[in-house]
Amino acid sequence: MLRYVLMRILATVPVMGVVAVFVFLMLRLAPGDPAAVIAGDYATAEDVARIREQLGLNQPIPVQFAKWIGALLQGDLGTSIFTNLPVTTLIAQRLEPTLLLALSTITFAVVVAVPLGTIAAWRAGSLLDRFVMLFSVAGFSVPVFVLGYILIYVLAMGLQWLPVQGYKSPFEDGVLAFLRHIALPTMTLSVIFIALIARMTRASVMEVLEEDYIRTARAKGQNELRVLLRHALRNAAVPIVTVIGIGIALLIGGVVVTESVYNIPGLGRLVLDAVLARDYPIIQGLILFFSFVYILINLLIDLSYTLLDPRIRY
Amino acid sequence: MSHDSRAAGVPVLEIRGLTVTLPEGADRKYAIEEVSLSVGAGEIVCIVGESGSGKSVTAFTVMGLTPRKELKPVAGEIRLHGRDILNLPEREMRRLRGEKMAMIFQEPMTALSPVMKVGDQIAEVLEIHTELGPRERRERVLEAMRDVNLPEPERLYHSYPHQLSGGQRQRVMIAMALVLDPGLLIADEPTTALDVTTQAQILELVKSIQRRHGTGVLFITHDFGVVAEIAHRVVVMREGRVVEQGPAAEVLTRPEHPYTRMLIGSVPSLTPPERPARGEAETALEVRRLNKVYGHAGWFGGGRVVHAAKDVDLTLCRGETLGVVGESGSGKSTVARCIVRLVDITSGEILIDGVDLAKLRQGELRPHRRHIQIVFQDPYRSLNPRRTVGQSIIEGPMNFGLSREEALERARELMRVVGLAPEALDRFPHQFSGGQRQRICIARALAMEPRVLIADEAVSALDVSVQAQVLDLLDEVRRRFDLAVLFITHDLRVAAQICDRIMVMWHGRVVEQGPTARVFREPSHDYTRRLLAAAPGRDSFLEAG
Repeated sequence: MLRYVLMRILATVPVMGVVAVFVFLMLRLAPGDPAAVIAGDYATAEDVARIREQLGLNQPIPVQFAKWIGALLQGDLGTSIFTNLPVTTLIAQRLEPTLLLALSTITFAVVVAVPLGTIAAWRAGSLLDRFVMLFSVAGFSVPVFVLGYILIYVLAMGLQWLPVQGYKSPFEDGVLAFLRHIALPTMTLSVIFIALIARMTRASVMEVLEEDYIRTARAKGQNELRVLLRHALRNAAVPIVTVIGIGIALLIGGVVVTESVYNIPGLGRLVLDAVLARDYPIIQGLILFFSFVYILINLLIDLSYTLLDPRIRY
Repeated sequence: MSHDSRAAGVPVLEIRGLTVTLPEGADRKYAIEEVSLSVGAGEIVCIVGESGSGKSVTAFTVMGLTPRKELKPVAGEIRLHGRDILNLPEREMRRLRGEKMAMIFQEPMTALSPVMKVGDQIAEVLEIHTELGPRERRERVLEAMRDVNLPEPERLYHSYPHQLSGGQRQRVMIAMALVLDPGLLIADEPTTALDVTTQAQILELVKSIQRRHGTGVLFITHDFGVVAEIAHRVVVMREGRVVEQGPAAEVLTRPEHPYTRMLIGSVPSLTPPERPARGEAETALEVRRLNKVYGHAGWFGGGRVVHAAKDVDLTLCRGETLGVVGESGSGKSTVARCIVRLVDITSGEILIDGVDLAKLRQGELRPHRRHIQIVFQDPYRSLNPRRTVGQSIIEGPMNFGLSREEALERARELMRVVGLAPEALDRFPHQFSGGQRQRICIARALAMEPRVLIADEAVSALDVSVQAQVLDLLDEVRRRFDLAVLFITHDLRVAAQICDRIMVMWHGRVVEQGPTARVFREPSHDYTRRLLAAAPGRDSFLEAG
């Protein structure tokens, strides 16, 4: 088992390497002079030259690559062109809100969706089941920004229960302020994941409920709640966990939009700002960072299978 | 344990006039009708019947495990230790299940949760019904596991079902059912999915436990061999009704109802009939040193290799039926699949007409495929449900250049050969019964005008009465088309009736081969002897005449 874990961790190295090569080439293979592209339409010749110098674009490509990889290995993702701050610093500054938003979203989604999907499966065909499925379809169909503004309009502006936007850190401003500010973005972002996870839970649990061992559990005299929790859900876990993992990966895209809607100073905002400013080092750094997170999540999901199902052994 | 009724002479289970409706749109109104039977303490009562007889509905209604909306009891009573439980609220039923009555099922693999340790699954019963602490529970579980002769209970306690053999899993199920020493054990075809040798052991176990604990057992089976082994009393059911019941010895030897007589008459005998000596015939298929290895060595030496077939040789002549007999994992189905090249073989030769099929690549193989056709075990899954029977039958011949009209003409002809109306070609598989579907599968195979027909457990999923008819059909088409038939089966009775020669496989090897009569009369290999000894009902009336 330990060997498998080590193997899997080692296997992520080449994947990260490939990502790094792509990210490196992204800038270099763009048509025209990358420095001019970055500098924009109104730049002077000196501006372009300065940027070219700063990015080392006047050196041969292999030398550039070696230097870049060398820096990467030391944890140096480069320096932002416009703020002149190290990219790692920028990411670190913005990490907390995004991380907490992602965590609260996925937690909220799982806590709501798994019971909902399980009950829907248990009472398949009932009114409750249909309601859950209706919500699920609606959840898929409404875009994040539309839903965000509706929620702001109703809960923040109309009822005035929650602040309209902004972010408060739980470490500096207190947990209550944090929760009040994170509530709306969390709800907005989690709707689609609730829809996704509830659907998968329902399908997976419904299938498991047909299995013989569910009948065995009932034949033992087990009550329905335990049958659902201990036998059905436990056996239905692998596809549910898979879809939660996919959900976390998709979250990266959702975060960008949500953070803009609620004006949260997180990585999503950083992405947006960097793209608008064509700050390539930041974009590269973020792509690498998100790829790393993505690979890490996939690794964790794969490893969780072995805990969830004893038949899966590597 | 207080089993008052055991002393008082009240039956453990008494069913009176039980009638259960089927949902609307079913082929009949009642799943079971006016069923009455009783199980005394220390008594094994077998309900025998074919599929659709209502035997399982009866058992599940007693346990209260039927979906009440679809299978609604409308009349009668079910008394457990004298108390009517038919209309008890679910809460009360839960208390009885596991404690006063327990059940074991057909498929021991799927009946256990794959993600829970088997010990914990047994302990769950104690958790539900007793106040015992974890340590006492553990002790009781280990005791129950020893009671069903599971080896190394301490170690197996922490195993998962997939790590156990089929027989061990069924022992776990029995331990689970009996850990609280219920007065009634319901066993729903508990040995049907097991190999014969394992089946014999499990039957022995059920008998010995039942004797020791004085449990009343309601045993559901379709197999008269099993009935002969285990039953004190027999209840024969047909289409939801009890047609006959009485002491086992009586019902088995002097069946009164014609249906019972027909059922018992359909059980193939273990004594091979006289078969005409066969002269020299043309060789249809020759297999030389066939090997099939599954799995591969892993990157880091962690691979797993299974030798599914090892140096298998066989020769099959036209007009001959060769039986390949063995238990699960013996390699018999692997051999069939290799010969048809559904799986690629590891090494060896498969010769038809001097052409070595093993060497051909997929494209070159195609023209030769028609020479070997196969009929599979499960007629429900081997026909495409969305195509008409006719479409399924003519597809093959049309691939080989027949026009649609010619192919249809041949299909109509073949439908008559297999005993179905040619008009049935326009219908879909779900409109046919299991036996009819298997006839269609045979017609489909014959449409290719093969030289070799492989029947891979082709009658194993069928009821005995239907089985007998399909066996007759197979024998008839063999004669009519001078076919070479490779008959793969785990069922020695069937093999005895239809095969000219028998080949016994064990762990991927052929351990014995010879004329059927010889193999059955004087088996030379130890494994063959064990296999024969395990056949249920071999010492009973079934072999008397």
